[in-house]
Amino acid sequence: MQIKRRDFLKTVAGGAALAAAPSITMASDAVRRLPGAVGILYDSTLCIGCQVCTVACKEANNMPPEFSGNQRRWDNPVDLSARTLSIIKEYESGNRHHKDHAQDGYAFVKRQCMHCVDPPCTTACPASALTKDPQNGMVTYNKDACIGCRYCEVACPFEIPKFQWDRPFPQIVKCQLCAHLLAKGRIPACCHQCPTGASLFGPVAGLLAEARRRQQMTAGKTYDFPLSSLASGKTRTHRAGKYIPHIYGEHENGGTQVLYLAGVSFDKLGLPDLPERPYTALARSIQHTLYRGLVAPIVVFGGLMVLVARRTKDKE
Amino acid sequence: MRAARPLGGRVVSRTFLAALVIVLVALYFLAKRFMFGLGAVTNLNDGYPWGLWIAYDVVTGTAIGCGGYSMALLVYVFNKGRYHPLVRPAVMTSMFGYTLAGVAVFFDIGRYWHIYNLFLPWYANPDSVLLEVALCIALYSLVLWIEFAPTFLAHWHASRWRTRLDRAMFVFIALGILLPTMHQSSLGTMMIAAGQKLSPLWQTAWLPLLFLMTAVIMGYAAVVFESTLLANRYGLPGENRILGKLSGGVVWLVAGYLVVRFADVILRGQLGLAFKGDLAANMFWIENALFLLPLVMLAGKSGRGRPRVLFLAAASLLLAGGVYRFDCYLIGFNPGNGWHYFPAVPEIVITLGLISVELMAYLWFVKRLPVYREA
Repeated sequence: MQIKRRDFLKTVAGGAALAAAPSITMASDAVRRLPGAVGILYDSTLCIGCQVCTVACKEANNMPPEFSGNQRRWDNPVDLSARTLSIIKEYESGNRHHKDHAQDGYAFVKRQCMHCVDPPCTTACPASALTKDPQNGMVTYNKDACIGCRYCEVACPFEIPKFQWDRPFPQIVKCQLCAHLLAKGRIPACCHQCPTGASLFGPVAGLLAEARRRQQMTAGKTYDFPLSSLASGKTRTHRAGKYIPHIYGEHENGGTQVLYLAGVSFDKLGLPDLPERPYTALARSIQHTLYRGLVAPIVVFGGLMVLVARRTKDKE
Repeated sequence: MRAARPLGGRVVSRTFLAALVIVLVALYFLAKRFMFGLGAVTNLNDGYPWGLWIAYDVVTGTAIGCGGYSMALLVYVFNKGRYHPLVRPAVMTSMFGYTLAGVAVFFDIGRYWHIYNLFLPWYANPDSVLLEVALCIALYSLVLWIEFAPTFLAHWHASRWRTRLDRAMFVFIALGILLPTMHQSSLGTMMIAAGQKLSPLWQTAWLPLLFLMTAVIMGYAAVVFESTLLANRYGLPGENRILGKLSGGVVWLVAGYLVVRFADVILRGQLGLAFKGDLAANMFWIENALFLLPLVMLAGKSGRGRPRVLFLAAASLLLAGGVYRFDCYLIGFNPGNGWHYFPAVPEIVITLGLISVELMAYLWFVKRLPVYREA
């Protein structure tokens, strides 16, 4: 209930800002999905929480293990970090007897970079160290460009980019959709290894269609679900879960290339409730309105020079 | 007209030595930072990637350093020539503020050896507000040194160079008004990107205007603060009359700011958050009370005639602008997920070290260079 009220206030806030600043909040700057965009559909109801994807990700990206608690034997990160690019987390409630139930239940959620349609990190980055591929839309990092300012971390509403705080020559670390594997015609390691098809790779258009197909399913009936990738040809048969009627990432933050289906509401899974227009898009349009082609600054500069020259002469 | 003169006296005073000790400790922690990484000396984390160094050294430090900007605006744009004697000391403190902000950035950014990438067209990202801020601050620091150069040249009796520089000075003065207008407003735009992590008490499309207004206010306040303090410390008669007049103008500016600030929060329907009694709400009221208090103090003409009132009002305004900036960059910023941040001791010492360097340079400059005019 409290969240509902906050949403309402936010909408009011957005509306007021729109009304108050019409010249800088034109909606025409909405970025569209790339036709060649690829991504991941993560289905929480299919996930069994085995963490194979977490391990596969570490292997594929040469990431070091991360320990929690007192043990030092095996990798068991508790959240994303500069050592962990992808992780399965769990929502728990009450006696946690029922999978995908908000009450007395539990549900899994995979966290990783969302590969936004209009990524706040690429807008924020002053040095173009984070860029979005113009073909498939993956958001990748170039350490040779990065100055380590961490504005990407401030801007990312999903808190994905992480920084190596313990290193003298640190880098930003994030999921890059296994760009190095995509280049070889392979698919992201997490999807490749997922035993149930909970993490599914494919073209975003196809993933959205698949997500919509699943939303039409009757809970409890059995269906075929593609495994690894839409193009793999392999399927697994599962009973359909009870989906909530929402595809997370379809519109959030201007859309993301990683999409989610779940049996419990997404705020319980730790996915933020975001407006359709990224805040960075507002910052960008303010910046472009004021500085496009440096016309305004140059005109003001000229005017100031004339003014100052005249004042200085007056004084003499 | 009375000419500016060095104040004279010993540079290495007790204050100077105390500052030196802090600088040495700060250097030790800095060595640690560069050998073992930011985590070794700061409490920064992935939830709060920006801390004290950004909020104070850069965002607040440059605003305190807006004295040169504010005075130039007054003298050259609003044609108030009588304030001209305040320009040179103002430019000097601005020069320190901005130069040290630039140095602080070097400590803060992780991959500092790549900083030149910002100047390479194939890396510079025109969508990035931070790029605009970084380039403007770098360029403006340079402009400030050029604006202050005549004082050095007078000291070195290099009059030929001085005439040459004087002829081109209007270009730098114009830049000195343009650049702060650009980057001080952009410091506000920058936090729009923080989106929902920034409390709606501060998150607004009007951040750039609010940041620009507070920068100008803090600039004037810095000039008044410093002049009254110095007049008292060195027994100068000071510039009380023009400072009083100046403060009269500041009253209108602060009133205008408060109208915009409250209108924004109310029109967005977020004023309710100010009555929640939590840290953000308390900070909101403290911040605005610090703006309101000087408004009351300076409203009457008698108050504006007293150096003590001028000094306290200016101090309150500096604090107000500082709290506003801390609220926008740290206190009103909550990434959720259980993240916490409070600066670590070494982090605070490094900031104090920078302030100490500024103080030491200030003492040397005013005692050896013709900055202030005497009675």
